[in-house]
Amino acid sequence: MTAVQTATDTILEVNDLKTYIFTRAATVKAVDGISFNLRKGETLGIVGESGCGKTMTALSLLRLVPKPAGRIVEGEIVLNGEDILQKSEDEMRDVRGRQISMILQDPQTSLNPVFTIGNQLREALGIAHRENKSSMLSRAVDALRKVNVAAPERRLDDYPHQMSGGMKQRVVGAIAMSCEPGVIIADEPTTALDVTIQLQYLRLLKEIQAETGLAIIFITHDFGVVARMCDRVAVMYAGRIIEQGDVRDIFSRPAHPYTQALINSVPKLEQSVDRLYSIDGQPPLLSNLPEGCRFAPRCPYVSDQCYEAYPQSYTLNEGHYADCWALDADWQGTPIEEFVPPTGTAG
Amino acid sequence: MAAVTTTPEVAAPSTPQRENRLVSGLRVARELPVIPLLVLILLLAIPAIFANQLAPHSQRIGVLDDAKLPPFWISESFEERMVVQRADRNRLDVEIGLSNAQRKVERGEATILVGGEDGEVNPGDTLRFQARKGGSMEYPLGTDKQGRDILSRIMHGARISLMVSSLAILLGGGLGTLLGMLAAYRGGKTDSIIMRIVDIKLAFPSILLALVLVAAIGAGFTTVIVVIAVLLWARYARVVRGEALAIKQQDFIDRARVSGASNARIMMRHIFPNLVNTVVVLATLEVGHVIILESTLSFLGAGIPAPTPAWGVMVADGRDLITTAWWIFLFPCLAIVLTVLSMNLLGDWLRDKLDPKLRNI
Amino acid sequence: MQAYILRRVAQGILAIFVISTITFALARVSGDPLNVLLPEEASEEQIELIKAEWGLDKPLHMQYFQYLGKLFRGDLGEAMAWPNSTATELIIERLPNTIKLSALALVVSGVIAFPVGVLVAIKKDTPFDYGGKLFAILGQSAPTFAVGLILMWIFAVQLNFFPTSGSGGVEYMILPAVALGYYNVAALMRLTRSSMLEVLDTEYVKLARIKGVAEWKVIWKHCFRNALIVPLTYFGLIGAVLITGSVVIETVFAWPGLGALVIDAILFRDYVVVQAVVLLFAAAFVIINIMVDVLYAYIDPRIRYT
Ligand SMILES: Nc1ncnc2c1ncn2[C@@H]1O[C@H](COP(=O)(O)OP(=O)(O)OP(=O)(O)O)[C@@H](O)[C@H]1O
Ligand code: SF4
Ligand SMILES: [Mg+2]
Repeated sequence: MTAVQTATDTILEVNDLKTYIFTRAATVKAVDGISFNLRKGETLGIVGESGCGKTMTALSLLRLVPKPAGRIVEGEIVLNGEDILQKSEDEMRDVRGRQISMILQDPQTSLNPVFTIGNQLREALGIAHRENKSSMLSRAVDALRKVNVAAPERRLDDYPHQMSGGMKQRVVGAIAMSCEPGVIIADEPTTALDVTIQLQYLRLLKEIQAETGLAIIFITHDFGVVARMCDRVAVMYAGRIIEQGDVRDIFSRPAHPYTQALINSVPKLEQSVDRLYSIDGQPPLLSNLPEGCRFAPRCPYVSDQCYEAYPQSYTLNEGHYADCWALDADWQGTPIEEFVPPTGTAG
Repeated sequence: MAAVTTTPEVAAPSTPQRENRLVSGLRVARELPVIPLLVLILLLAIPAIFANQLAPHSQRIGVLDDAKLPPFWISESFEERMVVQRADRNRLDVEIGLSNAQRKVERGEATILVGGEDGEVNPGDTLRFQARKGGSMEYPLGTDKQGRDILSRIMHGARISLMVSSLAILLGGGLGTLLGMLAAYRGGKTDSIIMRIVDIKLAFPSILLALVLVAAIGAGFTTVIVVIAVLLWARYARVVRGEALAIKQQDFIDRARVSGASNARIMMRHIFPNLVNTVVVLATLEVGHVIILESTLSFLGAGIPAPTPAWGVMVADGRDLITTAWWIFLFPCLAIVLTVLSMNLLGDWLRDKLDPKLRNI
Repeated sequence: MQAYILRRVAQGILAIFVISTITFALARVSGDPLNVLLPEEASEEQIELIKAEWGLDKPLHMQYFQYLGKLFRGDLGEAMAWPNSTATELIIERLPNTIKLSALALVVSGVIAFPVGVLVAIKKDTPFDYGGKLFAILGQSAPTFAVGLILMWIFAVQLNFFPTSGSGGVEYMILPAVALGYYNVAALMRLTRSSMLEVLDTEYVKLARIKGVAEWKVIWKHCFRNALIVPLTYFGLIGAVLITGSVVIETVFAWPGLGALVIDAILFRDYVVVQAVVLLFAAAFVIINIMVDVLYAYIDPRIRYT
């Protein structure tokens, strides 16, 4: 990526971001030095096991880390050319919703049960456009129509508990997108929905992206969804991005043993069950991280080197990086086998 | 600004088993509510048990010459001023009415400071009383208007509070537990009748019910216990029923039934032991409540009858003298508040340890 | 919504009926009212006469029906211990005082408890929070009469800010109202705090922040109303506490309300007045509960539609 591209294309740039949670018992390093770029109109997938810090990363980007225990301790978040970590809380309110927004993990509980969805939608709209009531109303109707809610005029007076899960999810989407932010973070937006509704919803997001040139950060632990949705992918493990790159690249040549394991564990229709790869063991506690590679206790290619120091980052391709000693030319341990991608995936 | 919840993942790294037990033992010891326990032992248990041995003076007979002595730290004697008000049925705080004041002036016990131009005491005049004796260690917390030692009476009062609350809880808790178990175990009509009565009982303001009951039976030690028990049982019945219903679902009850155990046996041998924690926690949580009820009834004159030094009675005694001899009402008040406070803290702690699901009752 | 209110009112009427029956029964066993009505050396004829006059010669169930019939016509009966007044007159005379006091106590507790509860929730685990906790525990450990007397001692006797007791202007009401509200403040504050903490942790509050809603609006619009739901369910209990408390506090502060009246009536064994006041308290209690339920349904739309 050239400097010119950065200036024109990049909407979000995250550098060495660290978000720690200080509990009485320990310091949880939920996000421990991650960096990535996001271009306009691009979809970046963030994948990783439960508890690896995906949601905390997303909340950090909005500066909504749970207070007072959680704190962004280091790094830069450059959104539209400005480091939002330097902004005051007042200025942040203009950033949230208008420049960057987020769709939360659980649509069932994302809407306030005591207000109508019209009220909640208008509130979101009102923050960007301070207009009169009737134009606000028509904007609210438009916003619902955009997310394919049938008969939006009538839906405005409904309370959340009167809607289905899929419908609520779209309303949450409509609220998040109501102020036309440049970046939207979708945190596992479909886990609470059933499969057909998931697909519908993902397609909808894609359509909206095509229309508006929105950049999406898509958080999931489903590599299948990543393949369908994303242009690039970042794989997170224990608070760090251990590999990132183009989706095709990663699927065709996953470099990090953890990424390989993840891709292998995606069930394929034509694959017999006994070949399904699963990763033994548990990720380390974020409150008690080892010195060296965090994947070492579970890694089939581990050597002494891995326990001594955190691996350096290796560039495999343009924009494809991975943190693993086994990628080093002087690697002393077991070589990473030539990886055979499962059939039927991208690349 | 969301609240931070610690996730189980953030648990301490595992250590050898034995050390863990030691550590958790130490933690329990450290978490023990030391101050409440000390207060309870010093203020309630020891005086209650050893009142006869420890109390420096009689609980009932006072020395009139020593009436209304202040506590020991107010040692200097001092004079007292008072504005004369007209005696009024609704103004219980006015200690001396006009005639009373007149008598005191005539006897030379008080002089008129402001007013009294005609040599008479008129409403609105300010009187100055003669110097009064200061307090001493003889009566550490002072004396009441009959010259009785307040400390001794508080000690005896502790015994009454303890007796009333334990007996009332035993009675009410026992009844409630029994009815709750019966409702859960028998189900159907028994259940709905018992629970309907519980609802009605819980829907009735308790002091009012107690007052009407006391008026019906007549005040006295036994009445207080019975009345409080009547107020208590419903809460027990409701909680115990809920618990017992859950226990009833479990396999071992079916097994007992299949093996031919009688209903009474199943209830006593199989269901009740599983309820013990709940019942104990409820009992501790209720002690404070019962002490408040008892002292309120006694204060209103519908509880323990007067010469007995129940704390509520003592407060009622001192109420009229609040302007001149505050220690008479204040110390028994503090005894009640401290005891109940400690009991509540202890109850909370016990509940968190034994039966956390009771937290929201 | 209307059907819901109607159903609750019907239930309430039934409850009042049951309570009236119970108080009738209790008042009847609460000592022989003849002692009040007659001098000790009364003759047989006098006794018979009085019995007939008060309807005490009839069998108990007849007395009950008579009582119900009168009640239905709004006649609460002739007071026994207060010459020349009916129970209704006594109640009408005292009721405004009790309402004034309870209303002030309610306002005092709401005005203090809700904002402070929210504040200590926002400032969780700070000295604010610990202070609030201590205050709440103290509030639940002090009997109302003790709170009343201690307040009276500090603010009326020592500091001379208020009159000690009696009735008159607002200055007479402040101490009793604070004493009466104190228990509620503690209970409500604790409830508000815990439900506020729960609400602060919900996804919809996160979403509101994501939308860029200002922090004060997040708290007072999105959180507060949701956080009110739980404390509001306790408002029924609070009604009970106010009624119970008014009996004690009116006695402590010599405030001429219904609470003081019922204590006097019990002392004088005037079962007519006892019955009347207890019934009124019970009705107030039931009505408060209905109002709470309706308010509850208004605040939480999920209730309305079920
Ligand atoms: N309030 C908190 N206090 C302490 N630790 C926390 C808190 N919130 C999150 N954590 C820890 O931070 C780490 C990252 O959490 P995060 O929610 O970002 O995970 P995630 O990758 O989104 O997982 P999931 O896929 O389950 O949503 C977890 O290990 C979690 O235990
Ligand atoms: S650095 Fe070593 S332990 Fe870590 S992933 Fe690479 S080979 Fe495995
Ligand atoms: Mg998450």
